[in-house]
Amino acid sequence: MTLLGMPLMLELLSTRYAYATFAVILAVGLYIMIASPNLVKKVIGLNLFQSAIFLFFVATAYMHGGSVPVIPTEGGAVGEYASPLPHVIVLTAIVVGVSLTAVGLALIVRLYSLYGTLNEETIREVINE
Amino acid sequence: MSNPELALLVAIPILAATIPLLASLKFDRVGWPIALVTAAIEVALAGYVAMRVAAEGRYVHNLGGYPRQYGIELVADGLSASVVLLVALVTLVVLGYARRAGPRQNTFYSAYLLLCGGLMGVGLTGDVFNMFVFLEIVGLATYALVASDRSGRSALAALKYLLIGTAGASLYLVGVGYVFVATGTLNMVELSTAIPETVGYADPLIIASFCFIAVGLSVKAAIFPLHTWMPDAYAESPDTVTSYISGLVSTMGAYALARLIYTVYTPEFFATVPLAGDALVAFATVSIIAGSVLAVIQPDVKRMLAYSSVAQFGMIVAAFGLATEQALLGGIIHLVGHGLMKTALFLAVGVLATAYGVRTVKQYANLGYRSPVTVAAMGLLLLALVGIPPSIGFLGKWYIAWGAIEAGAPIVAGVIFFSTLLTLLYVARLLESLYFHPADGIEGAVPGDEVRLLSDGGDGATGQNRNRPVSFGMVFVVAALSVAAVALGFAGPAFEAFFESFLEAAL
Repeated sequence: MTLLGMPLMLELLSTRYAYATFAVILAVGLYIMIASPNLVKKVIGLNLFQSAIFLFFVATAYMHGGSVPVIPTEGGAVGEYASPLPHVIVLTAIVVGVSLTAVGLALIVRLYSLYGTLNEETIREVINE
Repeated sequence: MSNPELALLVAIPILAATIPLLASLKFDRVGWPIALVTAAIEVALAGYVAMRVAAEGRYVHNLGGYPRQYGIELVADGLSASVVLLVALVTLVVLGYARRAGPRQNTFYSAYLLLCGGLMGVGLTGDVFNMFVFLEIVGLATYALVASDRSGRSALAALKYLLIGTAGASLYLVGVGYVFVATGTLNMVELSTAIPETVGYADPLIIASFCFIAVGLSVKAAIFPLHTWMPDAYAESPDTVTSYISGLVSTMGAYALARLIYTVYTPEFFATVPLAGDALVAFATVSIIAGSVLAVIQPDVKRMLAYSSVAQFGMIVAAFGLATEQALLGGIIHLVGHGLMKTALFLAVGVLATAYGVRTVKQYANLGYRSPVTVAAMGLLLLALVGIPPSIGFLGKWYIAWGAIEAGAPIVAGVIFFSTLLTLLYVARLLESLYFHPADGIEGAVPGDEVRLLSDGGDGATGQNRNRPVSFGMVFVVAALSVAAVALGFAGPAFEAFFESFLEAAL
């Protein structure tokens, strides 16, 4: 990193920290999914991964000084509003994420009742015997 | 524009999926008739849509009457009509098999219909975020179906599929987010004009969004090295489920990729950023070779066919990445043809497993003389998979190879030829076992002169059926699909005419 690049980097981090956080949480979630042998932790990693994407969408909708996008029916809407569309997208994506977590946990419950462990490697060993 | 049949195609199976669950309060085993009625309606509607598309070309339905700038539209064109018809037909055919083979619980048919509705939605939607939702509905139903025999192995396979599949769909969502930030719209047609008008194809945001979307959908289409969920999911799930998902789920993943490439990014994007198309073709080409090689070394027939799918989807995605008229036509034909052939092959595997309990290539010894109809149909389908003319497998590969030479990528054509040889290798291994290998001395195989009964006749088989676990319907659907795979080999000009308007619009 050059000396000239440093202030730019700092400025980006101070104004666009939500996007930086998005990237970090995304990577952390993916890492947990790959690295942890514990099935429940894998699902938690998946949830983190998805939450990062929700954060990204909400961050794109934010507008400095913007207000809630509720337009009065009598008209007269002035000023700046936060974009409602990304919020709707995130709401839908949260519902999808919750259902997937439910299915995943149901499968884990079945695996735990069959093998008595949450460790993926142990389960694989038992299956292959 | 209001064309309610497009909305009904998606809504009917999803609504019907709730009926078996509700009926469980009072009745057992009513799922199958409900699913059959739904599937018959779907086939009729899909046939009507395909006929209308053939007559008048692309048409749309605006959900709720909102124009596409604000609302979601459903689109029927050559590409979507063909996959929607495939989904409807395979849904009906697999039900014909499931009548005797099971599973019989009502909950199974609820998940089955939900999956059908999700697949229809992926095929018809014209909105990139809506496509994510339908991809996840498909995912949810598939994970539940893979684990539907309640064994530990299938639960682990389903969980692995869930983690990888959801990560893939989430990456797709990131791509959608990027392209939405760049343009402010989610409608595919709007996007195709908004991308060049607002930021241009070479913008880093657009390139990044393409990468995320291509990787996410490659997970769904099982492109090497993102294919690892597929062999486990196919091998461990019940035979009925394997036949259904092998023909449709990855197919819709590859369809979504084609839809995004040709309707949203358009071949202009590949012309501006040649690296994107080249990288896609390169990954797909590696997938062809890796899938074929891995298929050759599998002892288990279901796993062998699963790895063969990895190779075939590599071929299809390579065709989409080449972006010439012949290659795209070949890609679509192979997409549909592979769906039919794989469904039929897994059904045949299911028939043999139900009748004799055999699972590996070795155990298939001498079965050609025990189950002549099923095995002959299987042989035809395997040869169609290799690409021996006349068959739909040949037609698809022919157009793709032709397109590859046209696009100045003879390496891809060479790889397709090489993978055909590898396909011949594992197909010949199976055929040799089926017809020319004596069964004596092989553990689990069926000796020639002995009638062996399975100890468990499946749950719910009545006394009369216990000696005949395989019904006429199960053999009939396999034979009918194998005849269709050969007959469609003569339909080259018909395909060309049907897809003409779509190809013109796309390229």
